[in-house]
Amino acid sequence: MALLKRGKTAQPARRAPGVLGSFSHIDSAVDAIRALRAKGYRNLVVYSPAPNHEIEEALEHGVSPVRLLTLIGGLTGCTAGFAMTIWMSYDWPLVVGGKTIASIPPYVVIGFELTILMGALSTVAAVALFSVLMGKRGTPYDPRFSDDMIGIFVPTVPDQLGPIEQLLRSAGAMEVRHEPA
Amino acid sequence: MAVVAQPHDAPDGHVINQTHAEVTRDVVATLGPPSRGYLLLLAGAVSLFLIGILTFLILLKDGLGHAGYNPPIFWSVYITTFVFWVGIGHAGTLISAILFLFRSPWRTAVYRSTEAMTVFAVMTAGLFPIIHIGRQWIFYWLLPYPNERYLWPNFKSPLIWDVFAISTYLTVSTTFLVFGLIPDVAAVRDKVSGWRKMIYSWSSVGWQGTDNQWRHYSRAYLYLAALATPLVLSVHSVVSWDFAVSIVPGWHGTIFAPYFVAGAIYSGIGMVLTLIIPLRRALKIEHMIHSYHFDNLAKLTLLTGSILLYAYAMEYFVAWYSGNTFEQTTFYRRAFGPMWWAGWTMIICNAFVSQLLWFRKIRTNLTSLFIISIFINIGMWFERYVIIVSSLSNDYIPWAWDQMNPTWADWGILLGSFGWFGMWFLLFAKTFPIVAIQEIKEMIPMPRKRGGHG
Repeated sequence: MALLKRGKTAQPARRAPGVLGSFSHIDSAVDAIRALRAKGYRNLVVYSPAPNHEIEEALEHGVSPVRLLTLIGGLTGCTAGFAMTIWMSYDWPLVVGGKTIASIPPYVVIGFELTILMGALSTVAAVALFSVLMGKRGTPYDPRFSDDMIGIFVPTVPDQLGPIEQLLRSAGAMEVRHEPA
Repeated sequence: MAVVAQPHDAPDGHVINQTHAEVTRDVVATLGPPSRGYLLLLAGAVSLFLIGILTFLILLKDGLGHAGYNPPIFWSVYITTFVFWVGIGHAGTLISAILFLFRSPWRTAVYRSTEAMTVFAVMTAGLFPIIHIGRQWIFYWLLPYPNERYLWPNFKSPLIWDVFAISTYLTVSTTFLVFGLIPDVAAVRDKVSGWRKMIYSWSSVGWQGTDNQWRHYSRAYLYLAALATPLVLSVHSVVSWDFAVSIVPGWHGTIFAPYFVAGAIYSGIGMVLTLIIPLRRALKIEHMIHSYHFDNLAKLTLLTGSILLYAYAMEYFVAWYSGNTFEQTTFYRRAFGPMWWAGWTMIICNAFVSQLLWFRKIRTNLTSLFIISIFINIGMWFERYVIIVSSLSNDYIPWAWDQMNPTWADWGILLGSFGWFGMWFLLFAKTFPIVAIQEIKEMIPMPRKRGGHG
């Protein structure tokens, strides 16, 4: 249900107060991000229609923790694949001509397939965890951010609204909107 | 994805002359009301699918006796078509995952349609082992699940490897497709209204394109591509081991895994061309998928077609060089035996027709490419038919040799599979963005106030 509610992006459940600036030029948006961060606003939300390395660099994000869950998922799948095949072979042994009951080479295929399967599924689960369930909620949105505009939302207290608006406009924002609580 | 570098300047100088807004507009326009041609195609696909359903119902009622099995040939059209459809899927993953890792700029415009093709082709392929097992209602016996007799599948059998390989491939390629769709569905959501907005809002699972979302998404996409790459190579290798692990002359070859993977990609690109050439016109996206993309697709066809030419030659060479009379007889009969026509169809359509693509004029001419793609589809179906049926028809004892002729039950299911595949592909093309909006946008530099282009 949480996902369903998040789908209605135009009317988020709980609004955070702040200022939302819309930019159509990438260099203006990056200037604004750097200026805001220099002033100590590190809690920014930046919207863009596609991932952009200039924005990423300006925000100085670390490497996403998704990779850890990919690794854990992959290792779990690999272990599960070998454990399942070996255990099942001994649970009901098919004895053929004195050959090994659990022979590893054919089980590599099962181990490999489950490594990939669990690795991929846990990667997607990690994204759901980090960007939907643990992501910021109730930040304002504009449909143009998925089209051709870049948005910067600065959560702040009411008496800072004016100076931030000034900063966004001087950096080159096309539009600035105050978002009440 | 902006994980390592942005392909702003494609090494071959390819430039997209569109703005971000135009990309969204043109792709969203493909989701408009369907044309009459589209509805006719869809009706055709559904009719074929109904033929398949009817045939399947008769098989359910009466059993596999209707199919053209004839001892010693108990694997024929259903297994042939299974391998054919699994193979079709491979080109999609090659383009969406492997070329992503290689940062090929031309893949962006075509990868969504090829990935959708992968998912629907594997979905089609997965039906065939179930149809083929005879008592279709107990297909779940293939899976390892606890039962009262403590019976587990035999994990040393390539057939159970196949169950794991195909189901993993279907799951991972579906995940990859759906995952890639999320930002694009969000872009569509922001452009439509009414009930469509409601559906796209729900399917975009709250995507807003925030920096945090892109950060995790880009990384995850890279890992999914990295996981799908070895997977795609493994799947057709496992399918080839269904044959190669046996001791049937004509099947028992170490060359089988790479030979099947190259053939799979070759057949898949053939199907991509067959689908995209009419689709781009029907959806009016000629300016997004044009000769630049077809030229590259054709080069890939030429590469894999040449690998097939080498593999065919090598199969004959090894049969001769082995000094093994059974192997030699099998390959002699492939070219000059009762199934010579099928053997030569495969060699001409795959190894020789693909060599026409050395000429740039043919690579960039859509009519010739479309005709070649039909040859590829036919040739690759026959390749599997020849490998499976002709090898089984003559094994070690000439007394046991025999031939088989496909019956209406074989053709009905084959036609039904094309209908089933076509139906899903057409429905997808009108429901979801068939061109990846955000990846195209990533290749177009965003406008700058201080002039220049990124």
